[in-house]
Amino acid sequence: MIAHAIFFYVFSIIAVISAIMVTVSKNTVHSVFFLILDFISISCLFIMIGAEFLGMIMLIVYVGAVAVLFLFVVMMLNVAQQKNQWFVSKDNSGHIPVGLIISSIIFFELIIVVGGWKYKPELSNVSNFQISNDISNTHSLGQILYTDYIHIFQISGMILLIAMIGAIVLTFRQREGVKKQSYIKQISRERSEGIEVLEVSSNKGVKIDD
Amino acid sequence: MIDVGLGHYLTLGAVIFSIGVIGIFLNRKNIIVILMSIELILLAVNINLVSFSIYLGDLTGQVFTLFILTVAAAEAAIGLAIIVVYYRNAGTIRVEEIDKLKG
Repeated sequence: MIAHAIFFYVFSIIAVISAIMVTVSKNTVHSVFFLILDFISISCLFIMIGAEFLGMIMLIVYVGAVAVLFLFVVMMLNVAQQKNQWFVSKDNSGHIPVGLIISSIIFFELIIVVGGWKYKPELSNVSNFQISNDISNTHSLGQILYTDYIHIFQISGMILLIAMIGAIVLTFRQREGVKKQSYIKQISRERSEGIEVLEVSSNKGVKIDD
Repeated sequence: MIDVGLGHYLTLGAVIFSIGVIGIFLNRKNIIVILMSIELILLAVNINLVSFSIYLGDLTGQVFTLFILTVAAAEAAIGLAIIVVYYRNAGTIRVEEIDKLKG
């Protein structure tokens, strides 16, 4: 229990500090690195409380794919170093105090809900998919993911496919003046447009006009 | 304090959610940091779902976390593609210079 508390506080403090650093750090590359740290500590928390499949998937999907995608775009767009000062707008619009007020209101509402909320003890009895201690977390997730949630699972696959096609279509561009191979032109060439037989008279040579 | 329960995890989720909202409002640098704040918000939602799932003994929360993960990955890919296209057209992705809609 003590070890659980210690690990919870260590990982959650790391997560909160790195979330703050994502927001306030001046260099966007540093923000991406702190985002990676945040995901890693949260997935450690997930593994710690027994959702080990989701923890591993978070590591693979976020740290392995999404964060690297962010890093790639940041470095490709060359916007990492911004010389301007730290969130100060040009015309002193009032959005910064409004943002602070709204986020603190959200935070206190959530805290009030968490602090004053008591769930009924029979709430856990009405659930359809009990967590059992006999089989592993991955096993039990797979058992309901491919049976009860198969349609949602396939729809999420379609979402990923559409996102992939959309990203490719958005960023694809045809450049002018790039030499490319055209198979249809190559194989549809006739003999007549390829070679030409000329009558060469002696001592005059031949003049190819083009 | 020592006995870590559901409330601790929910509080962590609330803190990270609020930091994400603050990041959206206060950001002046570029849109990529706003996308990262949205990722933070989705992460907070995932924390809430997983901790409820564990402490109520119901697997549904973890399944939905899996789907949120899918949607977050798709959203990141599409958002970054839009940002790349915008940067190619406008030459900047700084938040204060994107004012074509007079917002």
